[in-house]
Amino acid sequence: MKRILVGIKRVVDYNVRVRVKPDGSGVATEGAKMSINPFDEIALEEALRIKERGEAQEVVVVSIGTADAQAQLRTALAMGADRAILVQSESAVEPLDAARVLLKLIEREQPFAVLLGKQAIDDDNNQTGQMLAALWDRPQATFASRIELTGDVARVTREVDAGLETIEVDLPAVLTVDLRLNEPRYVKLPDIMKAKKKPLDTLTPADLGVSPRQRVRSTRYDAPAARQKGLVLKDVTELVAALKNRGLV
Amino acid sequence: MSHVLIVAEHDGRHLNPATAKCVSCAAQIPGARISIAVLGQGSAAIAAAAAALTGVTGVLHVESAANAHPLATVLAPQVAQLARDHAATHVFGPSTTFGKDLMPRVAALLDAPQLSDIMAVESAQQFRRPIYAGNIVLSVDVSGEPLIVGTVRTASFDAAPAGGSACVEAVSLAVPLPAYARFVSLSGATSDRPDLQTARRVVSGGRALGSEENFKLVYELADALGAAVGASRAAVDSGYAPNELQVGQTGKIIAPDLYIALGISGAIQHMTGIKDAKTIVAINKDADAPIFESADLGLVGDLFTILPELRAQLARS
Ligand SMILES: Cc1cc2nc3c(=O)[nH]c(=O)nc-3n(C[C@H](O)[C@H](O)[C@H](O)COP(=O)(O)OP(=O)(O)OC[C@H]3O[C@@H](n4cnc5c(N)ncnc54)[C@H](O)[C@@H]3O)c2cc1C
Repeated sequence: MKRILVGIKRVVDYNVRVRVKPDGSGVATEGAKMSINPFDEIALEEALRIKERGEAQEVVVVSIGTADAQAQLRTALAMGADRAILVQSESAVEPLDAARVLLKLIEREQPFAVLLGKQAIDDDNNQTGQMLAALWDRPQATFASRIELTGDVARVTREVDAGLETIEVDLPAVLTVDLRLNEPRYVKLPDIMKAKKKPLDTLTPADLGVSPRQRVRSTRYDAPAARQKGLVLKDVTELVAALKNRGLV
Repeated sequence: MSHVLIVAEHDGRHLNPATAKCVSCAAQIPGARISIAVLGQGSAAIAAAAAALTGVTGVLHVESAANAHPLATVLAPQVAQLARDHAATHVFGPSTTFGKDLMPRVAALLDAPQLSDIMAVESAQQFRRPIYAGNIVLSVDVSGEPLIVGTVRTASFDAAPAGGSACVEAVSLAVPLPAYARFVSLSGATSDRPDLQTARRVVSGGRALGSEENFKLVYELADALGAAVGASRAAVDSGYAPNELQVGQTGKIIAPDLYIALGISGAIQHMTGIKDAKTIVAINKDADAPIFESADLGLVGDLFTILPELRAQLARS
């Protein structure tokens, strides 16, 4: 079966302005709205479109996280994924171990493509896809804004600092997606009902033979140095004068 | 003692200034020896430029036709081999799309943890980095790890100046390189304008510009000021400006002396890209736009009437 594996991370919704806990021991996320990482949603949308074009037969979504991540997996199933796997871990899993978990799932599921978001908007690491590709000894095409599949090859346009780069990768491969790849669909109510009947398996990293380690310790959380609210000027003349005063023009 | 191996970024002709910023970051690790790995084809001048950066103790120069284009799949095994052969304790690259693509692959090959977007060095094993789109600064400790990989948030460091004269060592590596990824093409607007990532002045346009045609107003003001051009995600998504101009969490992180935001609301994902700008000027018709919270100078009004006047007054002065 031609299968695509898609990673889904549960994160604080991008509209929430997160804050540091008063004692600097962590991020105050209690009660915050949680969502699918926006990049992962785009990865899933792309996988669904590939399937709808007849270029894949099954889309499997995977989340590594707490039991609560079931909610995001259900949303992914409602969007159209066929089944879901939760690799449940109550403590945070670092990117290299997340890649190890995904590699074990690849061995089980034998996908021809793994689609991940290029980064998660909580820890902003931008690591897991590249690490997975290295451990799997397969190609990576990161920051994709266009993906075309022809036979055993994917032609991917990547958003890079210099513009748009196109590369060709042999499949199977890991593709990580950028924001302009597509616009994810909205979930419709009947689909939410249907999603309740779709399979969602729960495993632990240990079931897959992975024991996550904490190698990077977070010792303190601080608010960034705040910028001062500046002057609001009356008109262009004042603005030009202020710029001159500061030696900026 | 620490040995920091920095992977040079270049376009086949010039050493990217991001490399000199990585050197400044590495130089903050007490007592560190700093080497730069230059992997390329026809890259002798680039290796020489790397050797001239103050603070660099050596350049490892790997010439190969395979290195003609920066493919992570091809570069990563070579960088990992260099790190092993030269007993690196830290392998750094810039937090640009080049470094973001390559470094995690290197980290996985070396079974090393990676720290992304290093913004401050506290010791050889303690660093600070932004998370949540820069809303939080995280201090991390990797004590006990013999080797770490890092990407350097270039906006947080000044470029190491030229003036050094390190040795360039030609290195040939016997590592098998995979052929499963191939470069096809690179398209980007080549312009005579200053480069967005290093420009002292930047003028950016947002959704308010309304069309690609109107976005020319942004270019005109930028040209009048000798500035680079930037854009918000909304302006890029709408097709007013090309993707490489995007500033923010998923675009470029910049630190110009002057940043002028035209019709940009100031979403956190945008602001994280300009936190280190010295002076932010906002022009927006909505007095309650969040950008005014962090702008040094603000002007409330319609940019389509303000811009011609601003250009006229700048031309006169
Ligand atoms: C995961 C993720 C990553 C993101 N990454 C980025 C990123 O890297 N960079 C980025 O920029 N955004 C990013 N965004 C998007 C961000 O949240 C905002 O949607 C975006 O920055 C808005 O762009 P804008 O300010 O141009 O548009 P808007 O928010 O629509 O603001 C337009 C502004 O123009 C003003 N205006 C309208 N007409 C006029 C006029 N005639 N004269 C003067 N002012 C006028 C309005 O008052 C308004 O404030 C990201 C979002 C997500 C979810």
